Amino acid sequence: MTITNYDERIIKVNQPVPGAPNNWRRFFGFNTDAKVIGIQYIVTALIFLLLGGLLGMLIRGELITPPSDLFDPTVYNGLYTMHGTVMLFLFLFPILSGLTNLLVPPMIGAPDMAFPKLNALAFWLVPVFSIVLLTSFFVPGGPASSGWWSYPPVSIQNPLGHFLNGQMLWIVAIGLSGVSSIMGAINFVTTIITMRAPGMGFFKMPIFIWTVLAAQILQLLGLPALTGGAIMLFFDLNFGTSFFNPETGGDPVLFQHFFWFYSHPAVYVMVLPVFGIFSELFPTYSRKPLFGYKFVAVASFGITILSLVVWVHHMFYTGTPMWMRNLFMFTTMLIAVPTGVKVFAWIATLWGGNLRLNTPMLFCLGGLFNFIFGGITGVMLATVPIDIHVGNTYFVVAHFHYIIFNTIAFGIFAGIYHWFPKFTGRMFYEGLGKVHFTLTFIGATLNWLPLHWAGLLGMPRRVASYDPEFAIWNVIASIGAFMLGVASIPFILNMVSSWSRGKKSPPNPWDAIGLEWLLPSPPPHENFEDDIPTVLNEPYNYGLNKPFVVDEEFYISKALNDS
Amino acid sequence: MTTTKSEVLLHTPGHVKHDGHNLTGFIIFLCSESIIFFAFFVGYGVLKITAPTWYPDGVSGIAVREPLINTIILVSSSFVIYFAERYLHKKNYWGFRIVWLVTMLMGSYFVYGQYVEWSELTFSLSSGVFGSLFYLLTGFHGLHVITGILLMGLMLIRSFIPGNYDSGEMGVESISLFWHFVDVIWIILFILIYVWQ
Repeated sequence: MTITNYDERIIKVNQPVPGAPNNWRRFFGFNTDAKVIGIQYIVTALIFLLLGGLLGMLIRGELITPPSDLFDPTVYNGLYTMHGTVMLFLFLFPILSGLTNLLVPPMIGAPDMAFPKLNALAFWLVPVFSIVLLTSFFVPGGPASSGWWSYPPVSIQNPLGHFLNGQMLWIVAIGLSGVSSIMGAINFVTTIITMRAPGMGFFKMPIFIWTVLAAQILQLLGLPALTGGAIMLFFDLNFGTSFFNPETGGDPVLFQHFFWFYSHPAVYVMVLPVFGIFSELFPTYSRKPLFGYKFVAVASFGITILSLVVWVHHMFYTGTPMWMRNLFMFTTMLIAVPTGVKVFAWIATLWGGNLRLNTPMLFCLGGLFNFIFGGITGVMLATVPIDIHVGNTYFVVAHFHYIIFNTIAFGIFAGIYHWFPKFTGRMFYEGLGKVHFTLTFIGATLNWLPLHWAGLLGMPRRVASYDPEFAIWNVIASIGAFMLGVASIPFILNMVSSWSRGKKSPPNPWDAIGLEWLLPSPPPHENFEDDIPTVLNEPYNYGLNKPFVVDEEFYISKALNDS
Repeated sequence: MTTTKSEVLLHTPGHVKHDGHNLTGFIIFLCSESIIFFAFFVGYGVLKITAPTWYPDGVSGIAVREPLINTIILVSSSFVIYFAERYLHKKNYWGFRIVWLVTMLMGSYFVYGQYVEWSELTFSLSSGVFGSLFYLLTGFHGLHVITGILLMGLMLIRSFIPGNYDSGEMGVESISLFWHFVDVIWIILFILIYVWQ
């Protein structure tokens, strides 16, 4: 299926800064260009990564010694709640929206997103809900402190009786974040379905586009459930309704269902684009076609469908009947199949390839290694007896940090490095990149590997003090956490200095195949404008001598001239 | 959520035609919106079956007669709006405006009926599980009806702009779709709250 109505459909988006299309000020205003919005998202999210990381380091600072000495336990509750919320809703979702905004239009040959204004609005909601969330540090009673799950009945307590309390602001921020994500999802899905380049059928799309489509459809199906649950929680907290309040006949476990019906798929919303990044980068840096392109593509939707029916595995120890536990144990384990297909395909792609170990590839390999590890502990946790044993311990914390940081954030860093030359027009400094990778990998491993042991020995999560027998694991973990903090320095140095005065990048510095690499670096405002290439094959035929688009030479020389 | 609609509304005559995208985007939005209602319905069903106390003290059921009249009016407005669209396709603008206004009036009657029903009830939002669910469901749906009426009003005003339909009837089509959506949600809601007592 192809849509070729581009001649009628050239969106003329006004540059908000008159006369200066490359003015840096465009990044600080309401701009409707997806490439500007993408960078806005990424930079905003990275700032919140620093904030979330700081909160994380405060937590590790508290936990370096067994007694609760650095903070009051109440403050500690607020710290981990805000750490989780900031990292998920202010860092991971926005940064993935940013990468998606940057990459989707050039990769499918579209001039911009389908709804540029909606896109800009979705971005500008991020600062709004960030401010709402961070304001909660300054209200009486402090920020929300019921964990990022916000399970009732803890989350419907309002002991001080103020209407403006931390938990209420938390719910409002999550709701606004949901509105922003839904706007984004509508935009991405519409763009991918209706605006692909001529010849780009579904089975010629890059895997990144496949995974974004799968992830955003998941977002559309899952997120409203959390929004529904959050509305009910909001009423319970502020208006005395009794949806989740057991004192008046409500059911607190019902909220857990609403919450996990979205928040489990949310992990896949985040990890699927990272799978896409892996699938783009492994063929490029091993100079081999992606192994099993169609299987990898379809596996994305396998994950989407299965991830909607696994949520109860978060609730094995909250009074779930046995039949339900068995059912969800089965579906959870089933999800290892499409995921395994992907892992197998990546390893087969790497096998015998001509590997180029630069920074993006190192982050990819590190991410894949960690993902296999985190995947194995995931299957362990899917088993009901093990989950009941280690549920709510540091084993779970270690598992999901292996997925969420050691896989997803690694993949995001890989993506940022890989496409940095394309969208800034400058090369990054490889040496600083390798320092960043080394510090991040060692720091992350030191941080979360030991916590598996602490968890297996029974150290509970979300408690400010612990038994001295766990001290050794926590000391190592805290050293790792501070190392991760240090790792941000080479990264920031690299990004800032190479963007301002790095070497100019050629249109295709990695010799990669893909529509975005046929554009000059940085790409012009409307990407291909009127000359949209006709796609012949999927973009992974390294060394196969299969043409990628009609008249490839024309686009290559045009990009070289325009750069 | 309303921004999705305003994105639709921003489609002014000077713009380049991209109806296909707008309608696709709007349908995707409706699918997603229906999941919120679905979540509420599931919550209603689960609590109805499991809650230890269902109706608040002194309430044994809920009257069906007035809501049924309301339902009939809302559901028939879905057919009326279809005729409005037909008039528009045939470029009979006054026919469109009149029938469109009739739809708006039927919607407004529904909201009024809802208001009367709410004001006569003896229980409130905070009277137990049923009270909470009843006001949440009807209120959230009512908000959608009011949004629909306001959007229809906007479409009605814009129908007087010369050349408004040169680039398609996308706005009217989306609002009409939205209206059908609101109706279908109401039918499910009516069955859950009033029929399944």
